[in-house]
Amino acid sequence: MTVRPITEDDIQALIDDRLEAARRAEVEAYLARHPDLSQRVERMRGLGDALRDAFAPVAAEPVPARLTLAHLVEARRRPRLPAWQAAAAAVLLALGGIGGWGLRGTLSAPMTGVDALAQEASANYAVYAPDRLRPVELAASSSDELARWFSARLDRRVGVPDLSGSGYRLMGGRLVATPHGPAGLLMYDDARGTRLVMLMRPMAQPGDAPMREHRTGSATGYAWAQDGLGYGLVGASDPAVLHPLANEIRRTTATNT
Amino acid sequence: MSDMVRLIEPLIPALRRYARALLRNPTDADDLVQDCLERAIGRWHQRRADGDVRTWLYAILHNLAVSQMRQRARRGTSMPVEDAPEAVLAVAPNQHEGLLQRDLTAALDALPDEQRGVLLLVSVEGLSYAEAAQVLAIPIGTVMSRLARARDRMIQLMDGERAAAPAGRPLLRRVK
Repeated sequence: MTVRPITEDDIQALIDDRLEAARRAEVEAYLARHPDLSQRVERMRGLGDALRDAFAPVAAEPVPARLTLAHLVEARRRPRLPAWQAAAAAVLLALGGIGGWGLRGTLSAPMTGVDALAQEASANYAVYAPDRLRPVELAASSSDELARWFSARLDRRVGVPDLSGSGYRLMGGRLVATPHGPAGLLMYDDARGTRLVMLMRPMAQPGDAPMREHRTGSATGYAWAQDGLGYGLVGASDPAVLHPLANEIRRTTATNT
Repeated sequence: MSDMVRLIEPLIPALRRYARALLRNPTDADDLVQDCLERAIGRWHQRRADGDVRTWLYAILHNLAVSQMRQRARRGTSMPVEDAPEAVLAVAPNQHEGLLQRDLTAALDALPDEQRGVLLLVSVEGLSYAEAAQVLAIPIGTVMSRLARARDRMIQLMDGERAAAPAGRPLLRRVK
């Protein structure tokens, strides 16, 4: 009977008790003939026991309160109003008190949430969609690289939606700046060269936000949030085309994550 | 949400154990676990639905630990054991057993970082080789070879410590 040669991996797996019964018998038979090796195995087993014993008390300790999930989730939920916004609110209240209520329009906080995202998406559409020389920085051929780039900079997993089923081809994308941090901008075009962009960035609020339509000049946009990631689709196409497209993107990104 | 609590909460004691074994200072270790949990909560939706929560959490923790150890190495700050309050030491060195553990932990600290991670994940945390490979983002073959080297090195270090200790002198004086 020939036995497969005993390897160092077999020795380690024997120590960790991860060998199948048949192989284990072979390795043990081998060890019985090699006392030096057998002794080394015993030392290594003892080492494992000693390590487990040394650190077992840590896992048996009660978990400190600051490490309980309920506390950590609660800490995240606490609204983190930027100091200037809090100050602005205080000013508004004070002004309201002395009859300056009329100023609320000029002092009101800037757009937030999906509205802000829609505005950013429109601004980026206006700048990049008409660009004939360099509409995107990274071409569609590197869509994996785009996804990696966006995921790294947005600090969460971001996919590149495929709209080819609706007749829109991915041209590519770039990273853009928004008042709320970096955003990923993707650009698509159809067979006639009609372009549309999609902006994606993390939202301040976790969870979903319903889709909203907005118009700027000739462009129409749809913005929504899903799982804390905001999406803004903007294009000059007919809303009858764009709206179903936005719905489709929302559906596919939901199944991806 | 309740899913998240149900899946993560039972793993916290083990995460604390791994962090303590890597960093040794209990406060630093718990800070690390807190960072890890905050990230896990923030990225819960990004987790691969088919992925294993346990390896995912160990991977987050391990990566945080690695960057912290690198920072430490750059700053070159470390607390001499003589100055460390008793609570900082993982094990109270009061008996013969304690001395052996001090040898053990000193040898563990002397291991190269990449060997220490593998050894702890497999021996103490009980991860399979495939899981350890996933946590460390290295091939299984590399897990196996690092594991063998880590064990040999540990034994060598511990033998060396004891063999080099003059008879009758308490070993803990020699621990750096």
